Amino acid sequence: MSENTEKQERFHRREVQRAMVKNARKAKIIDKIVSIFAIACVILAVIPLTSILIEVIKNGIAAFNWDFITGRPSAIGRAGGGIGPAIQGTLIVVGLATMIGAPIGILTGIYLSEFAGNGPFPNGVRFFNEVMTGLPSVVMGIVGYILIVLTLGSFSVWAGAFSLSLIMIPIVSRVTEETIKIIPNSIREAGHALGIPKWKITLFITFKSAISGILTGVVLSIARIAGETAPLIMTILGTSLFFTGFNSPVDALPLRIWRLSSQPYESAQTQAWGAALFLIMLVLVLSVALRLLAQRRGFAVKAEI
Amino acid sequence: MLILVAFAVGEGALPIFSQEGFQFITGTDWNAVYGRESFGALPYIIGTLLSSAIAMAIGVPISLGIAIFVTEMAPHRISTPLSFVVELLAAVPSIIYGLWALFVFRFWIRDLIERPLYEHLSWIPFFDKTPFGLDIFTAGIVLSIMIIPIISSITREILRVVPNSQREAAYSLGATRWGTLRTAVFPYARSGILGASFLGLGRAIGETILVTMIIGNAIGPAAIPTTLFSQGQSLASLIANEFNEAASDLHLSALIGLGAILLLLSMVINIGARLMVSRMVKAVPGGRE
Repeated sequence: MSENTEKQERFHRREVQRAMVKNARKAKIIDKIVSIFAIACVILAVIPLTSILIEVIKNGIAAFNWDFITGRPSAIGRAGGGIGPAIQGTLIVVGLATMIGAPIGILTGIYLSEFAGNGPFPNGVRFFNEVMTGLPSVVMGIVGYILIVLTLGSFSVWAGAFSLSLIMIPIVSRVTEETIKIIPNSIREAGHALGIPKWKITLFITFKSAISGILTGVVLSIARIAGETAPLIMTILGTSLFFTGFNSPVDALPLRIWRLSSQPYESAQTQAWGAALFLIMLVLVLSVALRLLAQRRGFAVKAEI
Repeated sequence: MLILVAFAVGEGALPIFSQEGFQFITGTDWNAVYGRESFGALPYIIGTLLSSAIAMAIGVPISLGIAIFVTEMAPHRISTPLSFVVELLAAVPSIIYGLWALFVFRFWIRDLIERPLYEHLSWIPFFDKTPFGLDIFTAGIVLSIMIIPIISSITREILRVVPNSQREAAYSLGATRWGTLRTAVFPYARSGILGASFLGLGRAIGETILVTMIIGNAIGPAAIPTTLFSQGQSLASLIANEFNEAASDLHLSALIGLGAILLLLSMVINIGARLMVSRMVKAVPGGRE
């Protein structure tokens, strides 16, 4: 080996080493940048939540008193008045929607997990269920308007409850199916071994063991529909009166917030914040309590979309 | 049930499509005065797509960052409460986002972002309008805040599905954390992340009340945005604004027609997204579910 080639080789090796060190340094810098970016994203996402909570509590507390919670809204532009009808209306409409939506959703879920198997029909139902979950709520409002409001001839509690239950059914049925799937087969087989008919097994064994998970899903979807505004505009309309009957318009918290916030008076805006505080307490208390409960019992609550 | 939905909306929208034909989608007029009625949905389709595009451009990278932080970087002690907080963000009703955006956030946006952009970069046509705070840009940003929890929680699930052997292989070759993500994790999770983003997009397109409160509610040809700071209108927000004041059956039918377009858009997006996510979950051997 001549001295020349050896020199060349050594030179080469040094070059390669230098390039590797340089690359490693570059990779480390990029890695740092990405890490910082990720942390920045987290901070950016937490800011709005803190700000929303602070503003709602700060501005909402000012509006809170007994008259505010129980009273009727005052004339536009006048101070005073309350959100009593809105609270009552939200409770009625959401309650009715739950009474319609929860049984249908639960039954669909039980059918899908226990009786349906994997054929094209149940798979189709599953697929459309998932697609339904993603449809805009305003479209559900239009459906409620066309099917119920036009048929009955007036804006009504029924129409609002119907639209909200359309939002609720796919969520509940999916949670039900997922929960029942987790129930171990040995429990069902124990039932079969005792000669119990299938419907009894489903009702008294499977359903009973899954009930806490199913309830979680129901409450989660209640939290979701309690905050819906868009479908209510075209179904229950909103009014400043207390509940008068299932066939007439009622008020709801999200609707009241919307109307109050579009008024140019400071008193109305304060009231909007107050109503928002009430609504956010309702929704957050529901979902936080649920998650804590779920954590203790050890099942996963999936974020519903 | 979905058939019921499609049928009801289709029936309600029939009069407007038979009256205006294809013009309903391409037209820009919006006139509800009796005798001079003319309805075109183009400006609102543009408004919907543009505000959602802004939301995606901001929301997707941030959600990705959060998901990376939670799955790849943070210790368990931090990541659990953090996921909790992000999911709380998902539980806040959109009307409250709207209220907050209307009375608080829009001033931040106007003073901290839009003003400087207008003062220094107004030679770029995007920014050439005195910012007011109630515009497509703000709507897009608030929408992005709303879809971040959705996208990031699904992306987190998808990153968790990626088998650890992939990561270990990359680390053992001396890759940094970013190198591992880029070469071993992302190719695996790509279609899933895309699907998650599409689900977020579906949400952004259908969001009604929040957009109604902050997009500025322009009508007719004026609603075609010429700058980012223009007042606009989306399909859903126009429905919410005019539904109770619909002057005639044709006007009502036009609004329902907007709903039909919205339904179609979101159905296509949702079906696409579900297919992508489920293909991802199925394709991964040893993945959960």
